Amino acid sequence: MAIEVRIPTILRSYTGGAKAVEGSGATLDELLDNLDAAHGGLRERLVDGEKLRRFVNVYLNDEDVRFLGGLETPVKDGDTVTVLPAVAGGSR
Amino acid sequence: MLTISRALYEKIIEHARKDHPDEACGIIAGPEGSDTPTRFIPMLNAARSPTFYEFDSGEQFRVWREMADADEEAVVVYHSHTATQAYPSRTDISYAGEPQAHYVLVSTRDEPATEFRSYRIIDGKVTEEPVQISE
Repeated sequence: MAIEVRIPTILRSYTGGAKAVEGSGATLDELLDNLDAAHGGLRERLVDGEKLRRFVNVYLNDEDVRFLGGLETPVKDGDTVTVLPAVAGGSR
Repeated sequence: MLTISRALYEKIIEHARKDHPDEACGIIAGPEGSDTPTRFIPMLNAARSPTFYEFDSGEQFRVWREMADADEEAVVVYHSHTATQAYPSRTDISYAGEPQAHYVLVSTRDEPATEFRSYRIIDGKVTEEPVQISE
């Protein structure tokens, strides 16, 4: 079972510079655990406790997983998960 | 150093003025590795706030996918401050996730005068850089 996970520039230090890695799992939560076994520390950049971090966007194919099931979103072979750091800021 | 054409420089200023008093935001894409801004992409400020900006996550996905397909990257990430100086704030620094980008800040606090300054923000460190406007 292979799910492609696209990694943004700022997280490629966890993947040895790779723009995309493969993983497996039945849910996004399992997939992130699976990736973290091969790329230690990656999960913590995306997950805070039991929730996806507020300023990291994770997409399953074309949809933001916030609108699907968050960490419980089901994933399957052939899916593409994309991670993008949110672009945000402010006057303070 | 940020090298940017006058036309693109003016587009950023115009966007900041138009959205004042909300913060304006957007990017300028350019060929990957070229460090040359070429394609102006204003973005919706999903926060629609005078003190915060955030790209809409769906819009960001589409824009980033288009850039990947065209072998482009975000060369400039710009936003405006509407009541404070054109210097990265603590939140600007903590959310800076594009290490290759020139972070441009415009301040519209003294309308019609505007400040336009550029910075690199890497690993939480801010370094101001000169801006060269090419005609």
